[in-house]
Amino acid sequence: MRYLIRRLGFFVLTLWAAMTLNFFIPRMMPGSPEEALRQRLSKGGAVVTPEQLRTVLAEFGFDPGQNLMLQYVEYLRSMVTGHWGVSIGSSLGSPVTTLIGDALPWTLGLVGISTVLAFVLGTLIGTVAGWRRGGLIDGIVPPVFIVTSALPYFWVALLLISLFAIGSDPILPNDFNYDQGLTPAFTGEFVWSVIKHGILPAATILITAVGGWILTMRNNMVTTLAEDYVRMARAKGIPGRKIMFGYAGRNAFLPNLSGFAMSLGFVISGTILVEYVFNYPGLGYMFYNATVSTDYPLLQALFLLVTLAVLICVLLCDFAVFLLDPRARTKG
Amino acid sequence: MSAVVAGASAPVASATRRPRGGLFRAILRNRKAVVGAVLLFLFILLAAFPGLFVPGAHHDPQAIGDLPLQKPSGAHWLGTTGLGQDVYAQLIYSTRESLVIAVVAGLGATILSVIIGVSAAYLGGFADDGLSMLTDIFLVLPTFPLIIVLATYAGKGNLTVIIIVLILTGWSYGARQMRAQAMSLRNRDFLESARVRGERRSYIIVVEVLPTMISLIVANFLGAALYSVLTAAGLQFLGLGDPSSLSWGTMLYWAQNQGALVNGLPAWALSPGLAVALLGVSFALLNYAFDEISNPALRPVRRRRARSAS
Repeated sequence: MRYLIRRLGFFVLTLWAAMTLNFFIPRMMPGSPEEALRQRLSKGGAVVTPEQLRTVLAEFGFDPGQNLMLQYVEYLRSMVTGHWGVSIGSSLGSPVTTLIGDALPWTLGLVGISTVLAFVLGTLIGTVAGWRRGGLIDGIVPPVFIVTSALPYFWVALLLISLFAIGSDPILPNDFNYDQGLTPAFTGEFVWSVIKHGILPAATILITAVGGWILTMRNNMVTTLAEDYVRMARAKGIPGRKIMFGYAGRNAFLPNLSGFAMSLGFVISGTILVEYVFNYPGLGYMFYNATVSTDYPLLQALFLLVTLAVLICVLLCDFAVFLLDPRARTKG
Repeated sequence: MSAVVAGASAPVASATRRPRGGLFRAILRNRKAVVGAVLLFLFILLAAFPGLFVPGAHHDPQAIGDLPLQKPSGAHWLGTTGLGQDVYAQLIYSTRESLVIAVVAGLGATILSVIIGVSAAYLGGFADDGLSMLTDIFLVLPTFPLIIVLATYAGKGNLTVIIIVLILTGWSYGARQMRAQAMSLRNRDFLESARVRGERRSYIIVVEVLPTMISLIVANFLGAALYSVLTAAGLQFLGLGDPSSLSWGTMLYWAQNQGALVNGLPAWALSPGLAVALLGVSFALLNYAFDEISNPALRPVRRRRARSAS
């Protein structure tokens, strides 16, 4: 039980750290947000009155006159209660929560499915490759996937576009999440369009993410297979398949599982690039747009949200480890 | 780095059936290591003497030509950019900056992770709790978005900023592994005997613990270098680097901006990414090979399997 409480404590602490970073980075950086905001708002030739500026800044949780500590407390309070301010970027004035709500399902669908698929596939292939160390599969798998795991996300995306989605009659579309001529509805045509637009981005994530899982799982497997209890199981004459999954695989899987949550950060970075290349209107693309238009409230909210997502996954994986590994239960 | 490796190879060699000639021979015998090393050597050559590999006409890679958006030809091996610059020359001259980012950021991150990971494991108690907590927090904070946020506020990042940010965000994964490995070593007999001999803590860490962790340290450097190459290229691709610098990521940024793919110039759009990928592959291959060469626990298994297979 102490284990779970510790993990929950870690969850809260990390979230607080992320929020603190979020609060202090814009205040520590050269070039005040105030100035950037003024430039941004008066870009269209509009004259910005100090009052207007102050209103927007207040929404952004920034009041230059106020005590920094007070601001900080106020900021934490509004973040926790979901008052994330309004966008000051391309969609000026819309609440950040609405913008994020529109983009979230697309990213969850695309990235969620392809990441989990990559993890499951990679772990399975890695288990088999590690088991037959020096065998045929093991001879082919590592070199191939060392190469794919070192490929940059955006390069794979560009390659896939140039192979499948360029020319007068492309096989697959190369941008957006569905055919813009269709109205979103639960019809066969619309669903098919969504799937078609998802194939290339999903394939990009799958190709680049699966290699890492295969390699770590294989290496864990090899290390675990050298353990005495595996030798013991062999000596007892336990069937190979049972040793593979029940003895070695189960133990080799544990570090992979904790690694899964940790790697989500990398996956998210890949997502930003993939969604950018494919103009896929998910959170990653929104993040990029927020950067380009220096939309601080949106940027902060997205960063917080991404951290929250990773932390929830870490927590879920902790629970899974707790269930799978008796040592975690007793260690405390 | 190589000196540390050589120092570590001695106990390994005596422990297993290592052929005479040490590390060098071991690398030569491992095909992945040879391929990785050759690739890396090639990139180092390109970075050191880019002029040797570029025809004399294109010695200034930023020179603006009068033939923009050309397809690959005899005069321009990979075509030209929207400003008529030679893509091949840019590609070769960009090697230096990309390689420097990889090596410097990789080294920095590795040193930081060794210091934090090993001290956490060895000091124990409150120090361990604090350092582990710090590691875990940095590990789950999504680094790339963080880098983007930082770069956005700091304006266009120059090289130093990028490298520092890469080090600060790249050390945590290694530190966790270092700590885990050092923890598993903590109660091994050879450390116990060193403690009984009355050795100093610093001696035990440097002479007894670190050499046994060398494969992990080298693997970490290669992993961190790989991470740095990819992340830096990604940042520059998004336009967060210095747009006038010469690096693969910046080339990709311009290629994307000027619609290289749409204009039917895949050579321009894909070759910088291929270079990034190849550099990454060379680090990854070496990483993998080092694991095989310097981890004695892995090798007996392979010999046994090979014998039972025959």
